[in-house]
Amino acid sequence: MKKHWYDYLWIVSLTYLILGFFNILFAWLGLFCFFIPLIISVTKGTKGYCNRYCGRGQLFGLLGGRFGLSRRKDIPKWMKSKWFRYGFLVFFFAMFFVMLWNTYLVFAEAQDLRQAVTLLWTFKLPWQWAYHGTLFHPGVAQFAFGFYSVMLTSTVLGLITMVLFKPRSWCVYCPMGTMTQLICKVRNGKA
Amino acid sequence: MSAIRKKKKAFVAQGDCVACGCCVKVCPLGAIQIVKGIMARVNMDKCVGCGKCAKECPASVIEIREVIA
Repeated sequence: MKKHWYDYLWIVSLTYLILGFFNILFAWLGLFCFFIPLIISVTKGTKGYCNRYCGRGQLFGLLGGRFGLSRRKDIPKWMKSKWFRYGFLVFFFAMFFVMLWNTYLVFAEAQDLRQAVTLLWTFKLPWQWAYHGTLFHPGVAQFAFGFYSVMLTSTVLGLITMVLFKPRSWCVYCPMGTMTQLICKVRNGKA
Repeated sequence: MSAIRKKKKAFVAQGDCVACGCCVKVCPLGAIQIVKGIMARVNMDKCVGCGKCAKECPASVIEIREVIA
């Protein structure tokens, strides 16, 4: 099958994850992964982002598929249930707002900048090597640490389910995927 | 007497489909499309029931069934 330019976006996703090890401020670029799918679903009413451009999905597809790092088993039924998918979306949102709140506290100077990346919403990994100061407010860096935590956590979860089940198992419960599908359902009158 | 002809076709459990588009990418005949970002739909005229989509589907909601042609 003919390859398109967007079939190589996994390189962008991989580069993004690597850059976060060198300068945390690159984490801001991850906002594209949030806004582009939303814009496509709202304006065009499709899941064009998932279907074509998602570099993270491509990365899982490549590692689990071509590299064979997947057992290729069926995902458990409960993981594809609406309860779990929407529940995970709500949980993800809640954690996102906690992250935004922490950013606000740093901006409001009620809290100091914490140079750590929180993995799986629990484990605080020291990450000071990737922080070299900012021209702006420390709150800008706090958001970067928080946002990178979200991106790294979802990558780790995706890798785990990639190994256990099928390569792109993450796509089944990806909060962005669930949200854009929901937007499409509402927009196209199927909800 | 004419023999009953059976053909294999892919069927999507559309209620459980997440519309990720993995099946679209692997279909060698371009027989699947994502409809309105909600679910995958198989074009029965094009589908030959090869099963690549069923294997790829991360939610395992595609099934290959024999139908009477």
